[in-house]
Formats: sequence, structure tokens, C-alpha cells
Amino acid sequence: MKFVLKYLRPYTGRITLELFIKFVGTIMDLFLPYILAHIIDNVTPTKNVKALVLWGVIMLICSALALICNIVANRMASAVARDTTRCIRRDLFTRISYLSGSQMDRYTVPSLISRMTSDTHHVHRTVGMLQRMGVRAPILVLGGIVMTLALDPALCLVLCCMMPLMTVMVLMVSKKGLPLFDKLQKSVDELVRVVRENTTGVRVIKALSRVNAEKARFNEVNTRVMKDERRANVTMALTRPSTSLILNFGLVLVVVVGAHRVNNGLSEAGSITAFLTYFTIILNAMISVSRIITMSSQMIASANRIEEVIKTPFELEPLPAGEVKDNAPAIEFDNVCFSYNKKRNNLDNISFTLEKGQTLGILGPTGSGKSTLAALLLRFYDIDSGSIRIDGRDIREMTHAELRQKFGVVFQNDMIFNDTIEGNIKLWRDIDPSALELAVNVAQANFIENAGGFGAEVAARGANLSGGQKQRLLIARALAGAPEVLILDDSSSALDYKTDAAMRAGVAKHFSDTTTIIIAQRVSSVRNCDKILVLESGKALGLGTHEELLESCELYREIHTLQMGEGEE
Amino acid sequence: MAAPNGIPNGAPKPRGGGRGFSSGETIAKEKRRPILMRLAKYMMRHKWLFLIAIILTLASNTFALLGPELAGKAINAIGLGEGQADFPTVYRYATLMILFYIASAILSYILNILMITLSRKVVFRIRKDVFDHLATLPVSFFDRNASGDIISKISYDADTINASLSNDLVAILSSTTTIVGSFIMMLRISPPLVLVFVVTVPLAIFLSKSISTRIQPLFRVRSRMLGALNGFVEEMISGQKTLKAYNRESQVIDRFATENNNVCEAYYRADYYGSIMGPCVNFVNNLSMSLISALGAMLYMSGSILVGDIASFVLYSRKFSGPINEIANLYGELQSALAAAERIFNLLDEEPEKADSEDAEVLTDVQGDVVIKDVDFGYLPDKPVLTDFHLNAPRGSLIAIVGPTGAGKTTLINMLMRFYDIDDGSITVDGKDIYKLTRDSLRLSYSMVLQDTWLFYGTIYDNIAYARPDATLEEVKAAAKAAKIDDYIMSLPQGYDTILTDDASNISKGQKQLLTIARAMLVNSNMLILDEATSNVDTRTEVKIQQAMRELMRDKTCFVVAHRLSTIQHADQILVINEGKVVESGTHKELMAKRGFYRKLYDAQFE
Repeated sequence: MKFVLKYLRPYTGRITLELFIKFVGTIMDLFLPYILAHIIDNVTPTKNVKALVLWGVIMLICSALALICNIVANRMASAVARDTTRCIRRDLFTRISYLSGSQMDRYTVPSLISRMTSDTHHVHRTVGMLQRMGVRAPILVLGGIVMTLALDPALCLVLCCMMPLMTVMVLMVSKKGLPLFDKLQKSVDELVRVVRENTTGVRVIKALSRVNAEKARFNEVNTRVMKDERRANVTMALTRPSTSLILNFGLVLVVVVGAHRVNNGLSEAGSITAFLTYFTIILNAMISVSRIITMSSQMIASANRIEEVIKTPFELEPLPAGEVKDNAPAIEFDNVCFSYNKKRNNLDNISFTLEKGQTLGILGPTGSGKSTLAALLLRFYDIDSGSIRIDGRDIREMTHAELRQKFGVVFQNDMIFNDTIEGNIKLWRDIDPSALELAVNVAQANFIENAGGFGAEVAARGANLSGGQKQRLLIARALAGAPEVLILDDSSSALDYKTDAAMRAGVAKHFSDTTTIIIAQRVSSVRNCDKILVLESGKALGLGTHEELLESCELYREIHTLQMGEGEE
Repeated sequence: MAAPNGIPNGAPKPRGGGRGFSSGETIAKEKRRPILMRLAKYMMRHKWLFLIAIILTLASNTFALLGPELAGKAINAIGLGEGQADFPTVYRYATLMILFYIASAILSYILNILMITLSRKVVFRIRKDVFDHLATLPVSFFDRNASGDIISKISYDADTINASLSNDLVAILSSTTTIVGSFIMMLRISPPLVLVFVVTVPLAIFLSKSISTRIQPLFRVRSRMLGALNGFVEEMISGQKTLKAYNRESQVIDRFATENNNVCEAYYRADYYGSIMGPCVNFVNNLSMSLISALGAMLYMSGSILVGDIASFVLYSRKFSGPINEIANLYGELQSALAAAERIFNLLDEEPEKADSEDAEVLTDVQGDVVIKDVDFGYLPDKPVLTDFHLNAPRGSLIAIVGPTGAGKTTLINMLMRFYDIDDGSITVDGKDIYKLTRDSLRLSYSMVLQDTWLFYGTIYDNIAYARPDATLEEVKAAAKAAKIDDYIMSLPQGYDTILTDDASNISKGQKQLLTIARAMLVNSNMLILDEATSNVDTRTEVKIQQAMRELMRDKTCFVVAHRLSTIQHADQILVINEGKVVESGTHKELMAKRGFYRKLYDAQFE
């Protein structure tokens, strides 16, 4: 709740004004029956037409005021809800954008999606409802209490004795409800996961004819969501009957105590009857209050989930600037060790240097740490020991923006967005047409013309492109920013040799100042590199040129022989 | 080959599976039953629960009227002055009141639980229907719809219906009884005064009609916008690593701001216009009250009504208008529920994969003779991808498909698996037309490994055993060993019980490919499709896998799409595809000798 209030604070003025207008409107609404009663009881019997007309006009004015005030207040309430939600959603999305890889894994993608959508929606809905419903009910409760107080303070006290009991009851129920709503949202995460996996993996599911199994899996989460939802709501449904019951007990007490008081001449039977009328008003208002409480509980559960993400501490913050080596190589790995689980090293004592414009090829078996090396260079994770320097500066001392704008990267399973081809290459960067043209040409992405040009739509995850088209699009994206450092992580695996070779030749020719790191499975992709690093199980088995490695590195020689097969020379 | 929807034979239009990229909006064209009716159908599945709910509502409403009456009797027993109280009677009524209130509380709790159960059941059913329908939709549907938008329909839209059903329905139900009851009472007191409603009720109806026609589209926009936002968010969160690498966080946040703005604005507009309804109807009510008092006063002056009657008429008219007001206030929520329901029903109206024809055969004892003849296909009507495509794969043969990227290799796989339907020509397995076979049996006769690995959140064991949940650990291990991933799995602290996170971000791409290969090996079908299945696996491992596979595939027909030509040199037949056509075919030796397209591709790796 505190979290939402924090977001409401900037609108204190607007909310106050809006609540005041709502208050006026509500009072007008509440006045009307009294005016009516006055007309019937006092004016009509006098048969004074003038007074009658006057009161009629007053009633009309009150009605009109009620109309206008309520509309205006509702509008302001909607606006406040809109602005609050916008801020919350923006902050949540912003924080998610900067979550580190391990934090992402901890929250899981489906959970983040459902927090972004389902939870923010609950907050939006409730913030609006609270303002619209939260005025009338308290006015009625307070007004009712004041009226009963005026009628008979002693009886009112009896009624008021019930209030603490009710508060305790409501608090207990919502305390029980809160974790249930939290559990519900967790089940919703699961639901999102199953649907998401099914939409992204439809080919495999259909190919393996697992449709029925997936239906069963969905059925299970669906049932879980239903049960959790039911449990949470059934718990919260206790508030309404229990508050009514407590209030009604109070009423019985009022009648009994009233009977004694009337009997002792302390009160009149008439005032007890009047008491009953106000009591009904209070009761009805309390029903609204209990609904507000139910909605708030759900909102608080959602708000807590949002807050948890927003308050996640930032990881991998830049360190204070240290020494800068002079005449340093463009990229320097110095005895770098790293482990994901901090048990077994995924990279072990890796050292190499790359001069500006040089090309490094990395080769090695699956899981040997090739992609990890790229991830460390981009500082997705911090190394455990050693240092990584770019132009002599430790990368940990750079801001993320400073560091990453040096790079153009293609990951193994890189993301293609639902946008135009041009949009996917530019990725919202300012790239002039000639750079775009060059990037596309070097990436051998000539398929674009046939696919409908730069303006052609690409489906989410590039579903309407072939594997090779995707890779060329991604390479064009990496080149378009004319990066200082280019990382191609197994990004030409779907390209035929000819295209791959042409692409590499293009990079060498047009991006001669770009320091390039090529991670590949094919020897042919790296044989012309200035340096080739051979990795196995996180250790460097060899570092050198193609010829040197053929001499010195057994693994390299083996891979080479395997790939060149009988066709060599 | 017959084409669907009356499109002339041979017209280049995808069959069944592909309805083009813009078919999402065509539903509106067809006459659909009103959304409300379709929702009602869901409710009617639980008509007994619904009936009990109505009875309970009636009962609790009667109780609500009984309560004050009991209290009145108790008060009457108090007497008017000092010392006149009839305490035994007071206590008797007080006890009755307590009992009665307890009963009423229990009743209202039961009613609540009932409505909660009912609405949960309805929404459960809706979600189930949506998901089950998704399962029948062709692959092309998923290629053109953002997964976030689909998620939005099944979570947010279903949720909105849910909230509306459980809260609003009770309110409306109980309101209706009060409205009818008080109307009858008013009619009994003074028919002339009821005439006021002849003016105000049509006014209210007119007002709400004119408002609702204006706001219905707003709620539709709101639901759509939320779906779009969810689509955006899902994509951006999925691509977060890329966006970080390109330092695009702030640009994405800006773009998000626009989407967010759109949603908030759409929400605001719907919310605001929706909430106009309440005060407006309330105004009409107030107006009718003023009219009643004026008319009542006139009637009194003409001597045709008593003051007391006016008073009680007014009392009932308030009872009459109160619930109407409440319903009007719920109007916004009802509208959003309807808009949500519309989106869901639109999805349910998406055309499923064409059902297997009635005489569809189940493909059994697959030998693996695959023949493709004269096949034409294009994802879009005017852009053919395959033209006059021929292929003959006798049983047990290894067919390699090579060619420049975008030549149509993966498309061919889409045809074999019937992910998309061909436009013209024929495909047969063991001499049987694949369009006369059940889809399930056809698809199961292949083991398929795609370049895009798909793993789900779960243990490694579950992921490998996905196609055969009955597989023993030994079988799974054997498959993993054949796929050369067993050593790696055993090196993990939890071994086969290691949980793969979403999108399996905790293992490398090559390892993912090995896991999917293990999965396919476990299926052990008679035909195998490998679409760049080992593109991210190192050569040494690849060679070992191939040995294992060859062992496994000795008598099986095998389709391999590959770029590393060294991996397919032993193929029985190599098809070289370019621009949707087979340009060369033969064995490696033949093709090398031919010095054509293949030779050029091959030589490129040594340049």
C-alpha cells in the first residue's frame, strides 16, 4: 500500500480537489431525499405553490450539481489512475530493462511479463475504483454515526463498540487474503509460462504430437489458477457477511439497551426507529467498504510484486576509475577466471590481446566457454579474477552505455523483433542511409529486396524469415553502428560457405578498423583470423594463427581434418 | 488437389493452414451470434448452480426485508414510555433477530461462494476452450500473432470476464428483484404517479443507449491496446539481452512509453466515459424524484392522494432507482467484460487446421518412401517459394538438402510435416497421399530436430522425455549418450534433475541442440528430419552424433538440411535447391564431377 501511496503523492493536490468535488456531489445526492421529505412533510400541506416551485428548483439545482460534480470527479479520478499507473508501469519496465542476466533468471520471464501486465492492471483498476467508491461510503458511515450520535449518544456508543471488532475482523481477513492473492499471481505466472511456451514452440509440439499432453499441462495450471482464485476470493468473501453480522449484532444490542433506556425514561421509542433507518444506511455503506477492502487486498498483493522488482538492487555498477594503461591493445584479457555457479570455472586463466582492427577467432567444443567469453567482454557478468581491458581501461570502470556502445554483437539465438526490416537493423539508433546500405551489403543481406524492401514487416522472432536470412539481418544490425568491436557468436552457422566467406571478406575490407571476434564451429570461418583461440572446458588449448595452430594444437588439427575431409587441397 | 473456400484449383493460395497474414480482422465480416449470447451459453453449462444462486438471492432479499420488520416488532414491544417495556417480548424478538441475522450472513456467504465458484468455472472453461482451440490452430497463426497478445487474451481478457461475472452478476441479480418488487408496490399506491416513469424511464434508456454506443468502441480499443502492450512487453523482455548489448535500454523505454501512453489513454477514455453512465442515470432518477414530488403535491392539492402515500411512494421509488443506479455504475465493468469476451471469441473463431478428412488413414508401419511431385507453394499468394518441386526418397535413404539461404529448404520441411499445406502437387509417404492421412500419425512418423531449439521450463529429464513421458531414465540416458550430452549433464550438480530456466538461458546453444537431438532420438520414428540440427555443435561432437545416428538410422529415411557440407558427403542423394527449384541432384561425387552449383558451394569453404 505504501508503495502505491508513494506514486499517488505527486497528485495530492489533484486528488484533494477531486475528492472535494466528489464530496460536494455526494452531499448533493444525499441532500435530495431530505429536501423531498421536507417538501412532502412541510410544504405540500401548506398548499403554497410558490414555495413548492422554489423547492422544486432547488432540487433540480442539486440534481444538476450532483451530475456535474460526479462526472468531473470521476474524470479526475480516471486521470489520476491513468497517470499513476503510467508511472508505475514505466518504472517497472525501466527496472526490468536494466535487470542483470542472473536477476532475470531469478524472476523468470513469464513472471516479469505477468507483473508487467496482470499486476499493473490490478493496480490501475483499483486506484480508479478506490477514488470513485471511496468517498460515498465513508461519508455515509460517518454521517450516519453523527446522526445517531445526535439522536442518542448512549445508543450510538453501543453501535460504535462494534467498530473495533469489525476492524479486527476485516484486518484478519485481509491478512489471510493477501498471501492467497500472492499465491494466485504466482499461479498466473505459470499460466503465462505455459501459454508462452506453447506459442513459441508450436512446431515442436505439433511435430511430436504432444498437443494433448500440452492441453493436460494447461488444464493443470488452469485448475490451479481457478482454485487459488477461488480460495482467495472465498476468503475475502468473508468480510461482507461478517461485517454485516457484527453490525447487526450491534443493532440487536441497540434494541435491547434501547428498551432498557426507554423503560427508564432515558430515551424515546421514536428515536430507536430513526436509529434503525440510519443504521441501514451505515450497513449498506459498510458493504461497499468491504468490497473496497477485497479489491485493495488484491491490489496490495500485486503492488508488492511490482515493488519487489523495482526495488531490486542494481548489479554490475561501474567501479571508480582506476589507472589507464598507455599504448594498450584494443582488447586485453589478463588471466580471466569466471564461474557461473562459483564452483567449477567456466573460463580458466584466459589471456590474450587484440590490437585495433585485428580479428580473433574462437573455436572449441560445445560448452567450452566461447559464448561466456563474449558475455564477459560485454559485462553481462563480472569476472571472478583477472582483468578485461578495452583500450587500456578496465571495463568494470566504464558505464554500461560507454562500454556497450563500442560493440556490435550477434548472439547465437539473437532476437528479431516484430518491426520492419529497417527497424530491426537500426534498432532505434541514428544510422544514416549510407551506413545502412554498407551494413546490408557486407552482411550479404541482398534477400531484403525480394522480401519487399526495408519497409517489409518481420514477424516476431523472425518467424517469416529463414535461418540464414535471420542471421544476415542480425549481422547487418551489428555492422550498421560501425562498431569499434564486432562480436559474431556463431552467427553464420546457417549461411552457406560462399555467403559466409563473402561476408567475412566484406567485414575485412570495409570495417578494417573494427576489432572483430568471431566465434565459430567451422575452421573456414576463422582460418584467416589474426589470432585463433582454441578453448576446451574453459581452458585455452592454443592461441595463434591457423598455421601455428595446425603445428602446435592437436585439437585444432583434429577439427580441421574432420571438416576438410577428403576434399582438402 | 482441391483448394479450400471455393478458390479455383491451382490458384496460388495456401490451403487450410495459411490464410495469409491479415486474416485476424476478417471475422467481423461474418455474422456472429451476439457476444452476450455466447457468454450466456457458458453460464448455462452451470444452470443448476445458476438457479440455486437466483433462489438464494431471492431468499436473502426477502430476509433483508424481514429484518427491519422484526426490529420494528421488538421496538413496538418496548412501548412508548417509562416502565412500559415488555421485556420478554423484546428479548424474544432480539433472539430471533440474532438467529435470523446469523442465517442471513450464512446465506449471503454461501451465495458469494456460489457466485465465485460459478464465475471461476465459467472462466476456467473459457480459458480451456481458448487453449484447446490454440492447439488446433495452424502454425501460421503463431507466425503472425505476437505471443504476448495471445497471453493477454488468456490472462487479462479472461480475468476481466471473471471479475465482472462474480461481482456484477450478483449485484444485478439482487437489484432486479428489488426493482420489480418496488415497482409493484408503487403501482399499488398510485398508478398516476407511476406515469412519471413513463417520461423518465425512456429518457434513461435513451441516455444509456446513446452513451453505450459511444463507449463500446472505446472499450474495444482498450482491450486491443492492452493486448498490443503485452505483445510489446513480451518481445522486449524476451530480447532484453540483445537490447542491453546494443545499449538500447533507454530507446526501448521511450518506445514503451508510447505504448504505455496509448494504453493508459485508452483505459482513461473508456474508464471516464464508462463512469459517466452512473451520474447520468442518477440524474434521471433525481429528476423523476423531483417530478414525483411536484406531481404528488398537485395530486394532493386536488385531493386525490394522502401525504403519507406520497411519502411511501417516494420511499419505494428510491428503492426502485437505487439498484438501477448501481447497475449503471457497473456499466463500465460490464462493457470491459464484453470487449474482452469479444476478443476471446474472435480467437475462438480463428479457423483451425483443417480437420483430418473422415476417411483419413492412420499411418502405421512406416517404411519411409517419400515422394514429392510437382509441388507449388508460397506463404503469400503472389510469392511462390517452391515451384514444380520434385523429390524421391526411397526408404532408408539419406537425402541431403543444400542450397543458398532462403532457397526454400525449411519450407520443404514445413510441407513434409504439414505445418503449411501445399498449393499444388502431391506428397506421398509409402504411396499414400499425406493429405489423406491423420496429421498426428504423419507427424509422429518423423523425428524432427530444428535449428531453433525449443526447450521448456522443467528438468533436463522432462525435456528429453518430452515426446515419450513413459521413457525410463535408462532410455533417456541412452538417448543423451547417443547425442553426446550425457557427460555434460552428469557434470551438473543435479544431473538429469537440473532445471532449465525459461528459454534455457543457462546452457549454451550447442548444448540445447544436443538436448533436442536426444529428444528426437528417443522418439525413434522411421523417418528423420534434421534442419540444421547441429549447426551450433562443434565438429567433433557432430561427427560422433552422426555415427550414433547412422547406427540408429540404418533403415530409416532421413532428410538433412545442412550447411557444413562435410556432414552430408555420405548422403545417398544431395538435392541442391536454388530459388525454390531443384537445380542439381546426385551423390557428392557426381555433383563434384559436374562442376556446377554444388561444386561452387563446396569450393567456397576453402577459399
